[in-house]
Amino acid sequence: MKKLFASLFIAAAVSAAPAAHAVQPDEIMVDPAKEARARDLSRELRCMVCQNQSIDDSDAPLARDLRLLVRERIASGDSDSQVIDFLVARYGEFVLLKPRFSPHTLLLWLLPPLALVGGGLALCFYSRRRSNTGNATDPSLLHLTEEEEAKLERLLAADAPDKKT
Amino acid sequence: MIAEAGHYALVLALALALIQSSVPILGARWGDHALMNVARSTALAQLLFVAASFTALVMLHVVSDFSVVNVFENSHSMKPLLYKITGVWGNHEGSMLLWVSILALFGGLVAAFGNNLPLSLRAHVLAVQGWIAAAFYLFILVTSNPFLRIASPPIEGRDLNPVLQDIGLAVHPPMLYLGYVGFSISFSFAVAALIEGRIDAAWARWVRPWTLVAWIFLTLGIAMGSYWAYYELGWGGWWFWDPVENASLMPWLAGTALLHSAVVMEKRNALKVWTILLSILTFSLSLLGTFLVRSGVLTSVHAFATDPARGVFILLILCLFIGGSLSLYAWRASALKQGGLFAPVSREGALVLNNLFLTSACATVFIGTLYPLALEVLTGDKISVGAPFFNLTFGPLFVPLLVAMPFAPLLAWKRGDLFGAAQRLTAAGIAALVAIAVLFAWTYGGATLAPLAIGLAVFVIGGALSDLAERMGLFRVPFGIAMRRGRGLPRATWGTALAHAGIGVALIGIVCETTGNSEYIGTMQPRDVASVAGYRLKLDEITQRQGPNFREMIAQFTVTLDGETLQVMMPSKRNFTTRGSSTTEAALLTRGASQLYISLGDINAEGAIAVRIYHKPLVLLIWWGPVLMAFGGLLSLSDRRLRVGAPKPAKAARALQPAE
Repeated sequence: MKKLFASLFIAAAVSAAPAAHAVQPDEIMVDPAKEARARDLSRELRCMVCQNQSIDDSDAPLARDLRLLVRERIASGDSDSQVIDFLVARYGEFVLLKPRFSPHTLLLWLLPPLALVGGGLALCFYSRRRSNTGNATDPSLLHLTEEEEAKLERLLAADAPDKKT
Repeated sequence: MIAEAGHYALVLALALALIQSSVPILGARWGDHALMNVARSTALAQLLFVAASFTALVMLHVVSDFSVVNVFENSHSMKPLLYKITGVWGNHEGSMLLWVSILALFGGLVAAFGNNLPLSLRAHVLAVQGWIAAAFYLFILVTSNPFLRIASPPIEGRDLNPVLQDIGLAVHPPMLYLGYVGFSISFSFAVAALIEGRIDAAWARWVRPWTLVAWIFLTLGIAMGSYWAYYELGWGGWWFWDPVENASLMPWLAGTALLHSAVVMEKRNALKVWTILLSILTFSLSLLGTFLVRSGVLTSVHAFATDPARGVFILLILCLFIGGSLSLYAWRASALKQGGLFAPVSREGALVLNNLFLTSACATVFIGTLYPLALEVLTGDKISVGAPFFNLTFGPLFVPLLVAMPFAPLLAWKRGDLFGAAQRLTAAGIAALVAIAVLFAWTYGGATLAPLAIGLAVFVIGGALSDLAERMGLFRVPFGIAMRRGRGLPRATWGTALAHAGIGVALIGIVCETTGNSEYIGTMQPRDVASVAGYRLKLDEITQRQGPNFREMIAQFTVTLDGETLQVMMPSKRNFTTRGSSTTEAALLTRGASQLYISLGDINAEGAIAVRIYHKPLVLLIWWGPVLMAFGGLLSLSDRRLRVGAPKPAKAARALQPAE
């Protein structure tokens, strides 16, 4: 109950504040180690009303709200993953800038390495096939067909008178 | 009157584009020279009419004619002249008009300088340009007409978004569009080659310089946009993996791959089919970028659904061109003859590796950008894909690419000697190891990855220099002779080395900026002193000032280093009265390649002001790198064997030989 009250109070304070601007001096935690943790966490969390900005970058009031919330959780002794879990429970996975590895993000995480591996395999396969044809294992490619022989004869014969003159 | 004239000119341009997209094709089919030549005159006339239309919109903005909706919504009579002009493309309708203007410009250039192209190829290329142009003219006229009037004209305009009132807007969008749209030329050439079922070295000789032009502009455009965001948005970030940025990065990655595969195609007559596919993909990604930025689909899938006219129209254009060209590719690509064989370890092989990694990187950006949209449409789940995802997936793809990069120019065509190349890179390798060791010792206990990344960058730069030194015979022959050889090297060789070194330079900047920043965040009263990275910054005073269309609060800082006064820095905060919004104008102090960066927050009741001060070591290298890359591209472009439209009448046969 006390926690709820606190967050309500924060929300009220934020909406009353003039346009905030990314991390504000009054938000910074006294303990530099904890503040550093808060900054690192902030970079992985999305300001949900902004377009693809982390709460560390955003100057929206909601981002300030979230920054304060992160610091509040850290101050009360939560670990980094507990803070993240708390925020996801409250705001959904939309708040994470790095989606979790789960069934519905499977393709997202797997497609980039698959593109590389698949492309590499396709290249190997392709270059092997080409070098095989290049070595001309097919004897028909090495020797002229009768038709081609005849054509060559004709061409040489046509060329001969020119050389004589 | 001006508005109507501009509108009418655009309609005429559409009519010309329709002629250009059909008549030359028929001419090529019937072998009729007169009909094929129609392409040339219509392309030039189209350029004339679009230019007239664009000029009309510029004039409307300059004279602040608020009876035109576009001017009313994006301009203000008190706005400085520069922003009145740049404001023309600071909005949806105007930027689309700029888009088609540049498209017409490229079409006109092909028409004007394409005399040495086979007639039917030119007819086909210009016809494809005509299709693209017609589609976008229709889009503008039907859904985004910039010349609409208001029945009862208001007396004052709504002003341009303050963030856009900056010199950046004058440079960034035109550059970016020159890049985006420039790739339409290689697209048109690819489609023309597929229609004709024929592709040869002459084709590649033509496509490569045009791709290079587009690539140079796109490189500069992206770098410029990044620097603009860095100083304007006020928190010193320079790349956000924002979908809009990704939309410009994707064509760049694909375009870079295309540039390299076009080299193989031109010099070795190999990778033809792949080069065609890349040409199509690169421009498709440019179109996709236009769709993402212009349809509103990024803000929210729902915003797109509520006002679908524009989005659906561009989506249709997108499907038509991408689907159409890929179908054509699937149908006709097998008709193109495969050329030149090569061993896996060869310059061709290295360039194929480059293509593999660049396209994979491009695919990663593509997936990361579109996956959240697709997921939301399909399942309704909302997820975010941001910087941490891209750093984790995109970064590892670039590392092997950069490791392999110095080797490629040292390998021979067809069959290379990897060991020999490695030997010639010994100096670069040693330099990289020394850099890593020194940095490890210096930042003992700090980030582990940073020294390694810097080492990689040193290796890339060293490799580019070794390549040059090797070709000049530096340290092997007398200095004078080496210098003479250096002057005699093809400019394309210098271009390659500079562009590759540029990547290394940018990487150093990126690593230093991300790991070596110092920052100070606090509230300061006048006469307070903050110290950041050895600099002492004293807040002298806070003053107010009236600008042309804004009020400004300026803080004056005196910066000293070791007791010596360096400079006065004046960051400010501007309030734009018409829109009631504000911008932060950061103050920058450049020392070498490093910068001090001050941005202001709000002032509190006691007269203290929230201040953020950063020291960013070597940050400017992030943008010097791309500038170096673009310069390398320019050098390569000026190579006499490659000069755009260089007349080669007497030696036509020789000029079409593969370069080098």
